[in-house]
Amino acid sequence: MITVTGARKNYGDFAALDDVTLDIPAGTLTALLGPSGSGKSTLLRSIAGLERLDAGSIVIGGRDVTGVAPQKRGIGFVFQHYAAFKHMTVRDNVAFGLSIRKRPKAEIAKKVDDLLEIVGLDGFQHRYPAQLSGGQRQRMALARALAVDPEVLLLDEPFGALDAKVRADLRQWLRRLHDEVHVTTVLVTHDQEEALDVADRIAVLNKGRIEQVGDPVSLYDRPANDFVMSFLGSVARLGGQLVRPHDIALERNRDRAVAADALTGTAGGVVESVVERVVRLGFEVRIDLRADSGQRFAAQVTRGQADVLGLQVGETVYARATHGPDAYELDPALAI
Amino acid sequence: MRTSTAARLSLRTVALGYLVLLIGVPIVLILWRTFGEGVGTFLESIRTPAAISALNLSLLIVAITVPLNVVFGVGTALALVRGRFRGRGLIQAVVDLPFAVSPIVVGVSLILLWGSSGWFGGIENNLGVRVIFGLPGMVIATIFVTLPFVVREVEPVLHEIGTEQEQAASTLGASSAQTFWRITLPAIRWGLTYGVVLTIARALGEFGAVIMVSSGFPGVSQTLTLLVHSRYIDDHNTYGAYAAATLLMGLAVLTLLLMTLLDRKRSTT
Repeated sequence: MITVTGARKNYGDFAALDDVTLDIPAGTLTALLGPSGSGKSTLLRSIAGLERLDAGSIVIGGRDVTGVAPQKRGIGFVFQHYAAFKHMTVRDNVAFGLSIRKRPKAEIAKKVDDLLEIVGLDGFQHRYPAQLSGGQRQRMALARALAVDPEVLLLDEPFGALDAKVRADLRQWLRRLHDEVHVTTVLVTHDQEEALDVADRIAVLNKGRIEQVGDPVSLYDRPANDFVMSFLGSVARLGGQLVRPHDIALERNRDRAVAADALTGTAGGVVESVVERVVRLGFEVRIDLRADSGQRFAAQVTRGQADVLGLQVGETVYARATHGPDAYELDPALAI
Repeated sequence: MRTSTAARLSLRTVALGYLVLLIGVPIVLILWRTFGEGVGTFLESIRTPAAISALNLSLLIVAITVPLNVVFGVGTALALVRGRFRGRGLIQAVVDLPFAVSPIVVGVSLILLWGSSGWFGGIENNLGVRVIFGLPGMVIATIFVTLPFVVREVEPVLHEIGTEQEQAASTLGASSAQTFWRITLPAIRWGLTYGVVLTIARALGEFGAVIMVSSGFPGVSQTLTLLVHSRYIDDHNTYGAYAAATLLMGLAVLTLLLMTLLDRKRSTT
């Protein structure tokens, strides 16, 4: 359990953290999600003790660590660019924390071998970091952080420097690892897909403040504001209202669109638009549209729907929102 | 840009000729003069008490200068790269000063400061420790002219490695001292080695600053460079000067060789 209360951090005039309060329950994998400059890395580094807060407190596992040095916080930290000890072998890298703690040699050797097996680097003991791929280096860094049995594991954009395929694989792998090891984990990312994929809980940060905290589904379906909605998943602006592209229905016939809209009744109304492009992305089809107001937006339909519509570039189509974000929060008694 | 074969060849010839004339010919001449009389004569000439003493003194100065430069050089580089304090720009400039100031000026200013009538003259007058015209003066002069090498070689390496490895070590429980010995020092070891090699080469070859602060007695306070000078100018012993110069050159070549070997090792790890 990590509790951050009233955390503030300024760099000159820039407020990196502006009164941040956050609870991270024990055993969860929590993602700090936000654009660059939102303060998410500063928050993580403050929890680690690598940054000193201007105000506020940090409690890890019931112990106030606000003024405690990073050495004594019981944390494991993984850096975006691995921070591998380049002059040490993989084995010595992973063993570093244990050898600092002066554990017996046999115990260190066993633990290191076990961890390397868990992270899939068995047999790489005598390699140097320069001889590993980026993904392997990051797994080594994870093993190194886990070797000291940290109370919390802190990951600062751990997959940010890797290519897309490796990133997706490692993310799955991290999720499985977390399910096995169950150490409280905080992951910083600017990639909403990554956050939705691996995290139990997501805290969305913007301009040094926490916008919303919750599980991925509720954040996606019930965003607290436009920022959370547009940062988590893609959005289209339809008639002045933010909607998910997959919540846009298209009709060739204006009257049918109006009639259908009268039933579901969102604020956006029916928007006459011109098809600019039809992009087939496997099962999904993205249709780029331009409203008569000049506003561009995209609708996402299934391949079946796209085939039925048979839209061509330059044709006119009527778009309406099947439900806006607010629709979820309607009182069931009123939503007849 | 494409150059014709003729132009390329003539360019190479000019460059090569320039090097040969300025560096190759003088060195070959000295070697030829030295060994023209036979290896025995050469050995005899560098085995005189004065020559042995000069070699020992030069090596002693190197042995004192190098550790001091390593400690202060690494410390200064760390402060310059990691420190956030006022006057960093000034320190940067001061570190480069020995490159800019002529060694003879260094010698003169050291006499003004440490000489018996200088600011720190009390050390000689009251404590009886001879700084100027003694070993301390020569060491101080050599440190002055070699000061920038370690700093300037270690600094870019420190910039390059950044602080992430050190932060990682601290999150793993390492104290500042443990982080320095186990992470920082190994990471900068090549830059440091390079700085040390340059320091050795410069310390062996230093002449202008040292001649000002040495009493210059053969067999007592002559370094190898001073020996070459005095044999040539004072003793009119041109052959002895050539032989001593060859010895000095041999040491420099050895240092360079060491550096090349280390360079090769660096590129393989």
